[in-house]
Amino acid sequence: MSTDTVKAAAYRVCETTGLSIFLKAQFFVKINAVLAVIFLLVGGIAALLLALTRWSNVMLLNDIWYYRMVTLHGVNMLVFWIIFFEMAILYFASTTLLNTKMFSKKLAHTSLALMFVGAVVTNYIILKGQADVMLTSYPPLEAHPLFYLGIILFAVGALIVAFNFFATLYIAKKNKTYEGSMPLVTFGAATAAIIAVVALLHGAAALVPTFLWSMGWMEMMDPGAYRLLWWGLGHHSQQINVAAMVSVWYFVATMSTGAKPLNETVCRGAFILYILFINLAAAHHLLVDPGLSSEWKIWNTSYAMYLAVLASMIHGYTVPASMEVAMRRKGYNKGIFGWFAKLPWKDPGFSAVALSAIIFGFIGGITGVTLGTEQINIMAHNTLRIPGHFHATVVGGTTLAFMGLAYYLVPLIFQKDFYMKKLARIQPWLFGGGIVIMSLGMSFAGTYGVPRRTYDSDFGGAVLETGFDPVAHIFLGVLGIGGVIAFIGLLLFLVLIVAAVFFGPSLKGQKMPTWQTDKEQKMTDELISKGYEEEGKDYHVKTPGTIVLVLIFLLSFAIYYFANWAALADLWHIR
Amino acid sequence: MSIFHPKGNWYRPPTGSERLWVGLALAWCLVMSITMPWWHFQGKQNAPQTTYEVEPEAFIQRVHQFVETNQVGEMNNVPIVEPEPGGDAYLLGQMWRWYPVLKLKKDQTYRIHVSSADLQHGLSIIPINMNIHVLPGYDYVMEITPTTSGEFSLICNEFCGIGHHLMTGKIIVEE
Repeated sequence: MSTDTVKAAAYRVCETTGLSIFLKAQFFVKINAVLAVIFLLVGGIAALLLALTRWSNVMLLNDIWYYRMVTLHGVNMLVFWIIFFEMAILYFASTTLLNTKMFSKKLAHTSLALMFVGAVVTNYIILKGQADVMLTSYPPLEAHPLFYLGIILFAVGALIVAFNFFATLYIAKKNKTYEGSMPLVTFGAATAAIIAVVALLHGAAALVPTFLWSMGWMEMMDPGAYRLLWWGLGHHSQQINVAAMVSVWYFVATMSTGAKPLNETVCRGAFILYILFINLAAAHHLLVDPGLSSEWKIWNTSYAMYLAVLASMIHGYTVPASMEVAMRRKGYNKGIFGWFAKLPWKDPGFSAVALSAIIFGFIGGITGVTLGTEQINIMAHNTLRIPGHFHATVVGGTTLAFMGLAYYLVPLIFQKDFYMKKLARIQPWLFGGGIVIMSLGMSFAGTYGVPRRTYDSDFGGAVLETGFDPVAHIFLGVLGIGGVIAFIGLLLFLVLIVAAVFFGPSLKGQKMPTWQTDKEQKMTDELISKGYEEEGKDYHVKTPGTIVLVLIFLLSFAIYYFANWAALADLWHIR
Repeated sequence: MSIFHPKGNWYRPPTGSERLWVGLALAWCLVMSITMPWWHFQGKQNAPQTTYEVEPEAFIQRVHQFVETNQVGEMNNVPIVEPEPGGDAYLLGQMWRWYPVLKLKKDQTYRIHVSSADLQHGLSIIPINMNIHVLPGYDYVMEITPTTSGEFSLICNEFCGIGHHLMTGKIIVEE
């Protein structure tokens, strides 16, 4: 390995940013992104089938295939799509942004092979019908051993990528490939990688014994203990997604508007809050579980979770505020929101990221914190309110931000241009809009008690009959319609990406074509090139627009939060 | 720039509206942190805290005994059981039913023991929408006081195999 690091690295200089792109790392950015998109398609087809089944007037699938598709959808979206894409981000953030080659090509190949085999094996065994256990695979529910083995192989591969990432940070520091501190985007990616290690270790603690049990080599793990450990994987993974997503927000904010973080201390401090205070926050999945005391539940949600919430609220200010400063410096000073109207909405990378921040904050964040309150969870646990929440964070938030990044990845890394740019401009709105509609449909249906992961919302054929208010069925229809719109947005994304990557005009030796007018792009370029000289200097530009936006956010948050307490007070008494 | 390495010493505390926002956000997180324990003293709806360890077979025995001593009727071949107000009641989750049907009195408090005979289940009382998680091996005690009367359904909201969407039960609350 040591001879490897000394050898002169083969790289090219990016025509757009002037950064060095190392060809070996570039290969792994590309291959991980391509695999991510393939699994996104698999998960997306499952998503469409699920939306058309929960839509109670359609009920497309039969019960067996419904539960199989819930499992397939969960595994491909929450694990394979999102983690493959995050691997691409880790390779990019550790090499190009630090101006170094990657630590080990061999490790990169090994990890890729493990992850690919793991993903294929897991998909195979689910589709074969031997792992209808949902993503969570709660024992005593038992899947074929290959289900657990596939996920374990994938996780080991991801751990190796994280190791390769940390080793790359180390050699960059050692070889002094950059001065001072690492860039904020790399810092955010490092946050994601650190949380990933913690998450994957929890995952090993839950899934390795469960795999051994499915082989008949070990006793079954206690179901309560499994839930505690599994959510150490399941919840932390969402924090990986959040850290990676916020890094993408910062990256695209810089590339599209020339924004510069207002205060590196605040931004980095917020990332550190994610690392420090998320470790026990998985407790909010166990709020109405037996065997745990209220003190334990409250401590872990209020202490561990709310300081991570604070971190997200800080990023929710610093990202738009940095854009506001950039826009005001370009001269868009009219009123409080003049700058907001002039943002580069025609750039799908930008609009995807802006929508991601809005959906993540206003829908995903507010609902998540509220539903994660010990008592309020009584009226939310395992209802459709839960997927209503996390589709707004992980799809409307993370997936949409990653789509936004893809609009930069294709021209900058694949060096290909897009066709059908008009369609590209509406794609984030179509996908984001669909997800918002679907998420609201889920959330409102869930307030009637409609359960998640349940084939027939009316429990038709049960010995003791039951059913839901007709209004709940209207919301299930809204869920279905939103799901179809989001699927069309997803398909459009895939068509645009595939057309560009495999058949698009080459951009080799050219600057990335701008989505804005040449004049606007010139101002953005100036800010970016000036930004490097201005690193470490103070800004004294006010951000009245952003402060109004975040105050509206805080007000919405408080209204939703206290409305839920008011609704809780109407329930039967329970303790 | 988020993509460039900052030079020199970049440490400085937040200023202006950024500082205002960090302070407001922190204050809001503190408000939420205080509300949860406060509701334990002031509120009537809190997650149940009492759990006993129990073997599924032993719990099933207790349920049968409870049904034998307190049965008052039948609904679609499922026994209706009326526990003493203030007393213990048993509710068994199994693939795929909630057993038995419970008959309660409004504004009386009951200790309802809930557990599972087999897989994990989710107990959901509708339409009032109250939910707790049910694990095999754990006897979870809900001290519950119905404040409305009528017929309520129990459904399962944790996936428990192919008949999951057939798993129902009833609670009847009389004035």
